[in-house]
Amino acid sequence: MSSSTSAAAAEFARRRQSPVQRIQHLLHGYPWLSPLFLLVLTFVVFSILNPRFASPNAQSLLFQQVAVVACLAIGQTLVILTAGIDLSVGAITILAMMVMATLAAENGVAGWLAILIGIALAVGAGALNGLLVTRVGLPPFIVTLGTLSIFTAIALLYSGGSSIQNNRLPDIINFTGETFSVGPFRVTVGVIMVLLLYAIVGFALTQTAWGRHIFAVGDDPESARLSGVASKRILLSVYTVAGLIYGFAAWIQIGRAGSATANGIPDANLDSITAVVIGGTSLFGGRGGLIGSLLGALIVGSFTLGLSLAGVDQQWRLLAIGVLVIVAVSVDQWIRKVKA
Amino acid sequence: MSTIERLPLSVDHIPETKRSVYDAEPILSARNLVITFGRVIGLDGVDLDLYRGEVLAVIGDNGAGKSTLIKCLTGAYQQDTGDVFLEGRPVSFKRPQDAREAGIETVYQQLAVIPALDIASNLYLAREERRPGPLGSVFRMLDKKGMKVRAGDSVQRLGIQTIQNMGQAVETLSGGQRQAVAVARAAAFGSRVVVLDEPTAALGVKESGMVLDMVKQLRDSGLAVILISHNMPHVWEAADRIHIQRLGGCAGVITPQSHDMGEGVAIMTGATQLAS
Repeated sequence: MSSSTSAAAAEFARRRQSPVQRIQHLLHGYPWLSPLFLLVLTFVVFSILNPRFASPNAQSLLFQQVAVVACLAIGQTLVILTAGIDLSVGAITILAMMVMATLAAENGVAGWLAILIGIALAVGAGALNGLLVTRVGLPPFIVTLGTLSIFTAIALLYSGGSSIQNNRLPDIINFTGETFSVGPFRVTVGVIMVLLLYAIVGFALTQTAWGRHIFAVGDDPESARLSGVASKRILLSVYTVAGLIYGFAAWIQIGRAGSATANGIPDANLDSITAVVIGGTSLFGGRGGLIGSLLGALIVGSFTLGLSLAGVDQQWRLLAIGVLVIVAVSVDQWIRKVKA
Repeated sequence: MSTIERLPLSVDHIPETKRSVYDAEPILSARNLVITFGRVIGLDGVDLDLYRGEVLAVIGDNGAGKSTLIKCLTGAYQQDTGDVFLEGRPVSFKRPQDAREAGIETVYQQLAVIPALDIASNLYLAREERRPGPLGSVFRMLDKKGMKVRAGDSVQRLGIQTIQNMGQAVETLSGGQRQAVAVARAAAFGSRVVVLDEPTAALGVKESGMVLDMVKQLRDSGLAVILISHNMPHVWEAADRIHIQRLGGCAGVITPQSHDMGEGVAIMTGATQLAS
């Protein structure tokens, strides 16, 4: 009897996977496949609607437009991989940006030092988030909801709500907005910096123990702790590194916008979360990757640029992004149910 | 303090071939362990000796102190009074990491494996090995290939046939295979003692058999194994000696040869008492 049941079981194990199951397995192994497919699809559709979308000019503009959100999405990805969320992304960036610009323009601080102080402040702000999450044990949502208001208020109080134009800033602060040509493309220093950050953090995430522990802590914190992962130290490091990245984003934003304004990036929080989610990283932690977030930011940017080139009302973008987010999270839920 | 007396041990009910195991000094000992949680007494002066090359089962009703005892031995809890000795030397484990560094590995009931990570990553979690040369020392790059190969060896050594691909995510494995991964990890790094907490609780007949075979394999390789279980047939199949916890204390140590399952359960529930 046992031999017949084991034969049936073996038969069951050998069964052919349906095409749908195969797709599920593929997406489970390579979470960036679906955003890549989506990006190619948006590229094709918008290029048909308006061939100018495919031109080097438009594509260069696309990269410049998404640079800041793509940069913030790096930090956001790290936090979301630990099953957290960072609502203070925009606030930290604005604080760092206003401090950099004000120190240089009003207080005569050397440009490089102003940048350094701004970035250091962003690191400190990220570390504060991390300490509140790990030491006080508050949920990341609450912590960053609080620091969102706190950092925004400090930035507004400090800058007096005024904006600082780039003609008052030293060259090194405006350096991220410098453009140069790569073949037919116009590239800014900021875009290159973002791509470099993706490469560095991507390496750390996939090739080092630190990265592996981030996934472990996000997927199953209790098991990670029992396995000997220093969970709290990992969490603290994630929020701190995220702060560092927001500091760079602040510098890149000044170069991109040509000014430092306290209300310069009003949608940074939701845009960065949207990019991460569309990029295939799970809001429940432990699953996803960095490349997806870059693709996600590019998808959102493509909708903005593509719809305006197609002469369509921008409200359609909002609708499309909303649908994409819901589809992306549904796909994530489905992939999680994968069986051997 | 420096020398501890062995607990009295009768080898009458131990098969002749296994008696030599008990000639050596115990590898892990506990004396008079007491732990309280508020007003609740968790352990009420428990003694234990564990020998290299034996499977010591710990049985007892819910709340009898099985898990509490094990947690004191592996650093998850700190006893209020009493001492733990490793190879005759007093030790004090402040956290599970300390016990692990001393060569005591625990396979927790919840397994402590990360579903999204692959088998090799789980085996080496928090013990990752880096690439040789500057790639490892400067860039801290993981030796993924090497860990995969060595993980395969560890799994092979336990005679687990059903797991082939070390790059497979743990969440795609069956319950028994996950258990096997957790045991393989403990076996690969536990140099002295492996503690298994209810390893067969969630498994079917066939997979339980596979896990019990692994348990015996660990013992035969010279490790000391503590097996906590509710499943009496599994205990009587795999254990050399059986430590019975009752109401926070030790109600006696028996062997599968000296008592049958019914007698063991009677001692466990207090229906009969072990003549001492």
